Amino acid sequence: MDGNLNALTTVFTEFYYWVTIVFMFLIHVGFCMYEVGASRRRNHMHTLMKNVMIIPLVTVTFFFFGWWIYWAFPNAFPGMGGIGYEAGAPYTPWSENMGTHLGDRITGVFWAAFLLFSWTAASIVSGSVIERIRSSALWLHAVMIGSVWWIIDAAWGWHWDGWMVKVLGYHDAYASGVIHAIAGGYALGVIMVLGPRLGKFAKDGTPRDIPPHNPWMLTIGIFLIYTGFWGFYAACNVPIISPEVIDGQIVGTTWTATNIYLSPTTLSAITFNFLMSLSGGLMAAYVVSKGDAFWTFSGGLAGIITASAGNDLYHPIQAMLVGAVGVVIVYKLHYWVERKFKLDDAVGAVAVHGYSGVVGLIIAGFMLWGAPSSPYDGYAAINPVGQIIGAVIMFGLLGFLPGWGLAKLQAMAGVLRIPPEVELQGLDYAEHHAYEDAKADIIEADKRRLAAQAADAK
Amino acid sequence: MSTIGYDSWAVDLAEVGPVYPFQGSEFILFLLGLAFWIGWHRIQYTRESAHLEEARKAGDPEKMRELVEKY
Repeated sequence: MDGNLNALTTVFTEFYYWVTIVFMFLIHVGFCMYEVGASRRRNHMHTLMKNVMIIPLVTVTFFFFGWWIYWAFPNAFPGMGGIGYEAGAPYTPWSENMGTHLGDRITGVFWAAFLLFSWTAASIVSGSVIERIRSSALWLHAVMIGSVWWIIDAAWGWHWDGWMVKVLGYHDAYASGVIHAIAGGYALGVIMVLGPRLGKFAKDGTPRDIPPHNPWMLTIGIFLIYTGFWGFYAACNVPIISPEVIDGQIVGTTWTATNIYLSPTTLSAITFNFLMSLSGGLMAAYVVSKGDAFWTFSGGLAGIITASAGNDLYHPIQAMLVGAVGVVIVYKLHYWVERKFKLDDAVGAVAVHGYSGVVGLIIAGFMLWGAPSSPYDGYAAINPVGQIIGAVIMFGLLGFLPGWGLAKLQAMAGVLRIPPEVELQGLDYAEHHAYEDAKADIIEADKRRLAAQAADAK
Repeated sequence: MSTIGYDSWAVDLAEVGPVYPFQGSEFILFLLGLAFWIGWHRIQYTRESAHLEEARKAGDPEKMRELVEKY
């Protein structure tokens, strides 16, 4: 760091990302509360453990290969230039930069910001498969979606040098597609193979509601997710950078915040749009679901996700309307798919994340048609065709197909789903038996002691 | 002699890079890390399989009824 201004900028950027990381931890806390609230009592501990262990497993694998993929894969697509070994070299797990290094104050916090996105991608999948998947199977999926597939899509479409940005004009500033569409698509692929929970569908195929055991946990969980999502928005920006450092088309000397593509935006703009799209989603979901609490709260999240692709540029009222329209489509689509294909998405993750992400990408293609996707020369402008192709890549190619493929292999090997007997008595059967036995034992001991004291008193 | 390459902070920080101990062993650390991760999956998978097999046969009908009713 030469010069005090550079030093200050670097330390500010380091601290900025660090704060967003702490905020984003709340997403995972929220997901844990949401999943446990949605599961039945006999599965609580396993549901919680399944989600908590995503943290270490995705973390270590993101250190081992996920972060390298982000930097080496922006052009790793046929005809686009291949794997960038040189660009990826500082981010291999054996690089000096991936450690305690006084000359590099950014790699650690930037890695962690992306890592928290990885946890989110894995956790979205985790919610839809509760109460019937083997933990070992889910944890393999968590590593694949969290440290391989989503970070490939980020390299392609969420990197200043990504081929999707250059060729398609792909624009997804706050990750409608690169996190939500891919995770929703992946979850859809897994639940198609996994099958519904026992009892989810009546013999005539009518879906049964499996209500959450604790709606309050769900409510607090989703509010924590909102809070963490706000931090996520800030983490998607570069907080301060000079045109000279961007080295693109921007002229003048005005320093700015940018989105992930290094195009200018402001924290103020995205704060407007985050709150307005949240509001549009909540209001539309309340109306379309006739006041159903689960859908209204999830609708807030779906509203933000739908508007996220273009929330760096939308007007706040546009963000509100985009969020509202997205929620109506997503709600209708969820129930149509459930009835038609007999799919059990336990927390509505495919709809709230997957369908919202896809719808948001497509809307952004029309709303931002012709806007620059990048500050660099020669990049395609944002356009509907590029966004639609992008949505297919995110949801289908990198989401649905890998999820379905791995789940199919696991099913063939008999290691995907828990046995039906265990599903009925619950995954926590051993803990429950031990709990009930211990409770009965201590109550009996206390009764004996009381009886002995009473006898002594006589 | 110091494991981190510095035995005093009387240095120009602009010239200081990595300060973790045993620099140069990064690739070996990576291999150890990989082994730890893959070993963990192996141990967990084996234990879970045994646990599910035991649970499948452990069904006490009375206790199962109680658990099903615990929503």
